[in-house]
Amino acid sequence: MNPKTQNKIAIGTLYGVAGLVVLILLALLGYILVSGLPQLSWHFLTAPAKAFLAGGGVGVQLYNSFYLLLLAMLISFPIALGAAIYLYEYARDNWVTTTIRTAIEILSSLPSVVVGLFGFLFFVVKLRLGFSILSGAFALTFFNLPLLTRSIEDSLRTIDLSQREGGLALGLSRWETITRVILPAAVPSILTGVILSAGRVFGEAAALIYTAGQSAPALDFTDWNPFNISSPLNPMRPAETLAVHIWKINSEGIMPDAKAISSGSSAVLVLAILLFNFAARYLGKRLYKRLTSA
Amino acid sequence: MKTTQQLERQLKRHSKAAKLEIWGKVVSFSALLLIVAVVVGIIGFVASKGIATFTSNHVSLWDFLTEKKWNPGITDANGKPEVGALPMIVGSFLITILSAVVATPFAIGTAVFMNEISPNKGAKILQPVTELLVGIPSVVYGFIGLSVVVPATRAIFGGSGFGILSGTCVLFVMILPTVTSMSVDALRSVPRYYREASLALGATQWQTIYKVVLRAATPGLMTAVVFGMARAFGEALAVQMVIGNAALMPGSLVDPAATLTSVLTTGIGNTVMGSLQNNALWSLALVLLLMSLVFNLIIRLIGRKGRLQ
Amino acid sequence: MFVSNDVSNTETMQERHIVQPRDAQHPIVLSTEELHVFYGKKEAIYEGDLQFARNQITALIGPSGSGKSTYLRSLNRMNDRIATVTGRIMYRGVDINQPAIDVYEMRRRVGMVFQRPNPFAKSIYDNIAFALRLRGTTDKHELDEIVETSLKQAALWNQVKDDLNKSALALSGGQAQRLCIARAIAVKPDILLLDEPASALDPVSTSQLEDTLLELKKQYTIIIVTHNMQQAGRISEYTAFFNQGRVLEYDTTSHIFTNPQVQITSDYVSGNFG
Ligand SMILES: Nc1ncnc2c1ncn2[C@@H]1O[C@H](COP(=O)(O)OP(=O)(O)O)[C@@H](O)[C@H]1O
Ligand SMILES: [Mg+2]
Repeated sequence: MNPKTQNKIAIGTLYGVAGLVVLILLALLGYILVSGLPQLSWHFLTAPAKAFLAGGGVGVQLYNSFYLLLLAMLISFPIALGAAIYLYEYARDNWVTTTIRTAIEILSSLPSVVVGLFGFLFFVVKLRLGFSILSGAFALTFFNLPLLTRSIEDSLRTIDLSQREGGLALGLSRWETITRVILPAAVPSILTGVILSAGRVFGEAAALIYTAGQSAPALDFTDWNPFNISSPLNPMRPAETLAVHIWKINSEGIMPDAKAISSGSSAVLVLAILLFNFAARYLGKRLYKRLTSA
Repeated sequence: MKTTQQLERQLKRHSKAAKLEIWGKVVSFSALLLIVAVVVGIIGFVASKGIATFTSNHVSLWDFLTEKKWNPGITDANGKPEVGALPMIVGSFLITILSAVVATPFAIGTAVFMNEISPNKGAKILQPVTELLVGIPSVVYGFIGLSVVVPATRAIFGGSGFGILSGTCVLFVMILPTVTSMSVDALRSVPRYYREASLALGATQWQTIYKVVLRAATPGLMTAVVFGMARAFGEALAVQMVIGNAALMPGSLVDPAATLTSVLTTGIGNTVMGSLQNNALWSLALVLLLMSLVFNLIIRLIGRKGRLQ
Repeated sequence: MFVSNDVSNTETMQERHIVQPRDAQHPIVLSTEELHVFYGKKEAIYEGDLQFARNQITALIGPSGSGKSTYLRSLNRMNDRIATVTGRIMYRGVDINQPAIDVYEMRRRVGMVFQRPNPFAKSIYDNIAFALRLRGTTDKHELDEIVETSLKQAALWNQVKDDLNKSALALSGGQAQRLCIARAIAVKPDILLLDEPASALDPVSTSQLEDTLLELKKQYTIIIVTHNMQQAGRISEYTAFFNQGRVLEYDTTSHIFTNPQVQITSDYVSGNFG
């Protein structure tokens, strides 16, 4: 076959493949939104779930998802920040650093179900935290740490070496230079990374089913005393999240409108991720402009 | 020379900056150590639990890896517990390999299209779509598998619709965006002048892509595929929802089967800590963990080889 | 102390010619003794002992890669983590190259301005004020005053006095470099090191910068690396010529430019060099 014809056929095939992939991906997205969006209503988003009857909502699960996300981020951000600072700013290129980097890489490649099982073993059973928000938040933290660390490290990398030298030349320690010069300059990019990782954490379920648990006791949204069992703030209560809810009702199959609820919940998850994505881009750009504009 | 001594004293005073420097190093290094401790903790715990099956319950490792009956609560005619994990191991590898085999041509084809043939359309449509889909939670993939793929399989092949085939379909779509976007990165790292040199020699675009670009990007593309496989192998819920969860050797692609992850998700809540049933599950988790280390190693080896070239 | 290293050559030209400054009005404030700098195993400076006179401008010239930056950065130990520096760096009688020295305190006295302007991603005001705040100057009036005088000394005040709260990243190259100078002098150093500060600037900004330096030398001892020979001739009292990790010639600038004693220096300053 002559090269010209071959070329035409090959390029045509590639068009076909790419077209097919677009079709699959759009169909997927379309399916989620088309089947899910009609389910969304104020009632659906706020009402508690019903186990055996139709017409329940996902209010508690939605709230749990956000609360867990918040806690997980509060725990993992400072750790990831410190680790990234050490790795990028202080660590020398030697075998210790290489080993530590390998360990972090391994953590990021562990299946989330393994992380969840460890959380179950360690927090739920050993530390007797039970199925609780706290156990879940720790499991999510483990799941989140390696990625967040890497993303913050990448953010630090975007700040020029000359900025660090500028700080040192003024007689500042490296720590002061990092915290007063480098981090403020890296905020837009760090924030983008944090929000994107929040999207991943928000949809995680496998790490949670045996840590935060699979039940969502009703919450009393007028009771903000974190020591009361029905208080939304109580970190010791079991807390099924939206993602876990989808898995749970589909595995048990006792809820009559499981499919509708799942569709709606899937749409909420996907919309939330979309929102996180846009927010990350928008805020990152906005902040960067503020930092550099006259 | 009093002033010199004074100056020397001033210059040798441990300044606030020096104290902050030590503090900063200690704090940031502690954070790093904490992460390392987590990794060591996870591996240590899972390993110690996972080998209990062999050390305290005296199951033979060989039986575990080769026997086909999984029923840790029951002992067979010889009085040995039935802890043959082969069906799950086969199930996990089967869906991983199948989904990678299906996803690879699509992912690389799409990446080539995005990067080489139509960078414009690639950037406008495909890039944002793949980036978004990379972030879609796996339970959503599982749910769609359950409500679309399983019924479709049932309609076409009969049976329950649950099985390896459905699992493969779900994983294929799930790893497709990841593998695609990593492949795009791999292609992007091929220097522009490679292409220009090849085109200038009179090669067609396809020859350039096939002989120059793909070849130069091979390590990166392989990394992308292995990464996708690692993700498929470790995925729990999406697979568990569509595979049927029957711990049997899969007779065909449309029979209910099980994977390491699916048995783990369904089983761990129903067993008592410390019992053989429970330990056997931890052994599955250990296999999962070891496999993820192996994938990690493969990715490293590819990376090293890529650098050497 | 007169150090002249007259290793005679077969030709009339010498191999090295070092005349350290001796001027009662401008005593030596900084000098290096037996300084050696290594990048790993590679020795980047192996013969480069100089003495610097107070309130004078000393220029370091030489082909690129000859070790000027390496030498300059060793003076306030900016190379600490990058290179191994042995020997003594005597600052007003104190060896600042010993481990017991607090480098942060030392760098407040020996400040530095870099080749590429590196303003921080902060407002113009904060670029100057923030290092002072970190060291305990919190009084608003005092800060205002230091910011103003520093900017005036750096000849930037008139251009930015109404925009002090705007981002420093929006300044032009020449303005940014003068902000960096203002930032460096705000902490009231004794010695100012500048590494090719004008190489990224246009001719007009360069000439403004030179005027600024001539003004600043009344208060500071200035050591400047430059690849621009005219610049060295215009502003400096003393010039050192570096080549391949050695100082080949050191003398008053007028001597170096009108009557060099070393062949390579002569070739370099007359432009007949690589
Ligand atoms: N960070 C570094 N690591 C290793 N070698 C370096 C480094 N910086 C400079 N060098 C080497 O030291 C020598 C002197 O460089 P430098 O001081 O930058 O010269 P100049 O400023 O005169 O152009 C050069 O050979 C250069 O390659
Ligand atoms: Mg230089």
